[in-house]
Amino acid sequence: MAKELMKGNVAIAEAAVRAGLNAYFGYPITPQTELLEYLSSRMPELGRTFLQAESELGAINMVYGAACTGARVMSSSSSPGVSLMMEGVSYIAGTELPVVLVDVMRGGPGLGNIAPAQADYNQIVHGGGHGDYHPIVLAPANIQEAIDLTYGAFDLAEKYRSIVVILADGSLGQLMEPAELPEMKPAIMRTPDWATYGSEGRERRFLTSIDLDPSQQEKTNFRLEHRWQEIKANEVQYKEYYLDDAEYAVVGFGTSGRIALSAVRAARAKGIKIGLFRPVSLAPYPEKELYELSKQLKGLLVVEMNAGQMLEDVLNITRSQIPVEFYGRMGGILPMPEEIEAEIDRMVNDPTETDGHPRDRWLARFGKMN
Amino acid sequence: MQKEIIIAGFGGQGVLFAGQLLTYAAMDQGLQVTWIPSYGPEMRGGTANCTVVISDDEIGSPMVSRPSAVIAMNLPSLDKYEDKVKDGGVLVVNQSMVDREVRRSDIKVTMVPANTIAEELGDKRMTNMVLLGALLANLDILPVEAVEKALKEHLPEKHHKLLTLNKEAMQRGGSYVAAAISV
Amino acid sequence: MENVTMEEQLVYDRPESMASVQTHYCPGCTHGVAHRLVAEVIDEMGIKDNMIGVASVGCSVFAYNYFDFDFVQAPHGRAPAMATGVKRVLPHRFVMTYQGDGDLASIGMGEIVAAAARGENITVIFLNNANYGMTGGQMAPTTLPGQKTSSSPGGRDVEVAGFPIRTAEMLATLDGAGYVVRRSLHDPKNIRMAKKSIRLAFETQKHGLGFSLVELLSTCPTNWGLTPVQALKWVEDAMIPYYPIGDYKVNPALKELKI
Repeated sequence: MAKELMKGNVAIAEAAVRAGLNAYFGYPITPQTELLEYLSSRMPELGRTFLQAESELGAINMVYGAACTGARVMSSSSSPGVSLMMEGVSYIAGTELPVVLVDVMRGGPGLGNIAPAQADYNQIVHGGGHGDYHPIVLAPANIQEAIDLTYGAFDLAEKYRSIVVILADGSLGQLMEPAELPEMKPAIMRTPDWATYGSEGRERRFLTSIDLDPSQQEKTNFRLEHRWQEIKANEVQYKEYYLDDAEYAVVGFGTSGRIALSAVRAARAKGIKIGLFRPVSLAPYPEKELYELSKQLKGLLVVEMNAGQMLEDVLNITRSQIPVEFYGRMGGILPMPEEIEAEIDRMVNDPTETDGHPRDRWLARFGKMN
Repeated sequence: MQKEIIIAGFGGQGVLFAGQLLTYAAMDQGLQVTWIPSYGPEMRGGTANCTVVISDDEIGSPMVSRPSAVIAMNLPSLDKYEDKVKDGGVLVVNQSMVDREVRRSDIKVTMVPANTIAEELGDKRMTNMVLLGALLANLDILPVEAVEKALKEHLPEKHHKLLTLNKEAMQRGGSYVAAAISV
Repeated sequence: MENVTMEEQLVYDRPESMASVQTHYCPGCTHGVAHRLVAEVIDEMGIKDNMIGVASVGCSVFAYNYFDFDFVQAPHGRAPAMATGVKRVLPHRFVMTYQGDGDLASIGMGEIVAAAARGENITVIFLNNANYGMTGGQMAPTTLPGQKTSSSPGGRDVEVAGFPIRTAEMLATLDGAGYVVRRSLHDPKNIRMAKKSIRLAFETQKHGLGFSLVELLSTCPTNWGLTPVQALKWVEDAMIPYYPIGDYKVNPALKELKI
């Protein structure tokens, strides 16, 4: 199939349509609004359901209801809207329903701004809603990846009765890149043995997230945890660049990961043996792979568009066995390749003290900005 | 091979479209390419810019601090980007909207009276195409024919009557070849 | 004495749409009456296998255990949004929410207004018992001025806590509403009227006439601190004057229906 030039928001929307999206419920919020706008004409054109909800709270609960019936369903939002959705996300997880959610992250906290950020990492990867649950979280770094991950997200959600979050950021939403779209599937309405779509010809069913008997609730919790173990064993995705002979590495996801690729190339051109490790699935995180990689390294630089949220996971995984440094930009500012390159130079050529937490050292270097 | 181009000007000067056209042409040539606009408050403040990265390998950052080439369609854009062009890079300036000389001598500079040329062609909207023509003549990235082809294939049908004019505008701009760098 | 053979005749039984289980409702609570009326209507219309119920949070949180058809369970106040999701992908099924006044008129006011305004083709059974029953009788948006509850021990002070909401009247102002009425469950006559309205609400949905809601004035003897009989009397004497029984919105097409 020929490549098309597509904006991230539109590419994700069309990929979902082609994956057999049956119903979309959403609420306008920059910088993901184009996704909703695109589907507002595309879905009805195909005889499928599009509804602009009264709020993100309304949207996620419409998604919740539609998911109960066996329909392929999705919502999308950006950081503040996703915060509002967290109630529904927890309920959907507790009811074990397959749902796809797209978060096109922007600067925060609070209203923040509409520029790109990655500060929802904790909210998405480590919960946000109440209770023990684990969404599958996929972080695309380019348009083709955004399409492929969105297209596959529904199968993944249904396979594990799980929430799958596509974690993008405002710049990926606006970015245009040539990419290939997958084959079109018709709107998918499944009839799995748990779905509630009317009880004709079978026993009636109900779907709920409540269990007042703690021992029964604990069984549910164990089931979710065991399923997560299975997901961890099977669904890890990551990309490696120039790592074969690497003595140093940068770790970054999504947009900050791809920006770091430019810095890594520049450093390679200067003779520094450095590579890039880019986790694509943030949950499950490529823990084993990063740990194995760390054994060959003299140092590692984590780059994010936040104050070091994934950094904590990297520190856990590398178990303090190698020096880890951090570089982050916040508030909607993208790190530029030259900035990352300077951090690489510093890590390689001027490894001063490595005591304390990498975030503290980063703040000591950059905290006086304003 | 990788080249980064920033096109900057006022909103309404066709900045984003010129960038997209370049992007389409690169895509049709089988190259890797990214296009990203500046957005946010800037979009409403009257200035617009977009960054196009063209490469034969997987593209890392779609944003750059030091582009290979800049088209500055007005004075604020020249002020903002003159110092950022890579050493030995290309700077195409819309002379019609700028009242000063370019200070740098380590880059290839072309001053193009693009508004005047577009007016001579009878359509002020051609300013961006004149400057794009000048860029292609000075930056070894894509043949002008590739852009002409992209224009035909990706310009909405209702604008096809403007194809000839667009081509002519690019040709006029293409005659502005920068002098060798004087160091 | 003459010898007669008595043949047993069943005159009152559990509707098919009700599951054969004991409910957790308190003695004298009218939830049971409301459940039964809904189940009878669903039996009469023969739509049990085409039903999807949406339970809310409050005393009726376990409604899905008592009705014998497919059910889902919504977060607090979000039943109308969840019902919207179900109905939009299954437009030919019957979708009902069953909500109390704390759920619908306080935390879920946004969702119910939006669903009604959209003319969402769902049926809402709305029980108004003037307090939060499940959590132990706190003040609700429907608590009457001066009414004592566990969170308004001196009686609802409207200067501090504002005024009760007349939900049916308010929702009836929305163009998307097809059928919005208030009924009461305090005596047999009113119960019969309530059942007829529940039928009309489902007919509204069946004929695609928009959003339908039946507000049912209900008792909460446990939290009100009254006997069941006193509670029924309180509905009549205290609630009905503030919440008049009435038809607030009836799509003209419903009047033509022969049921």
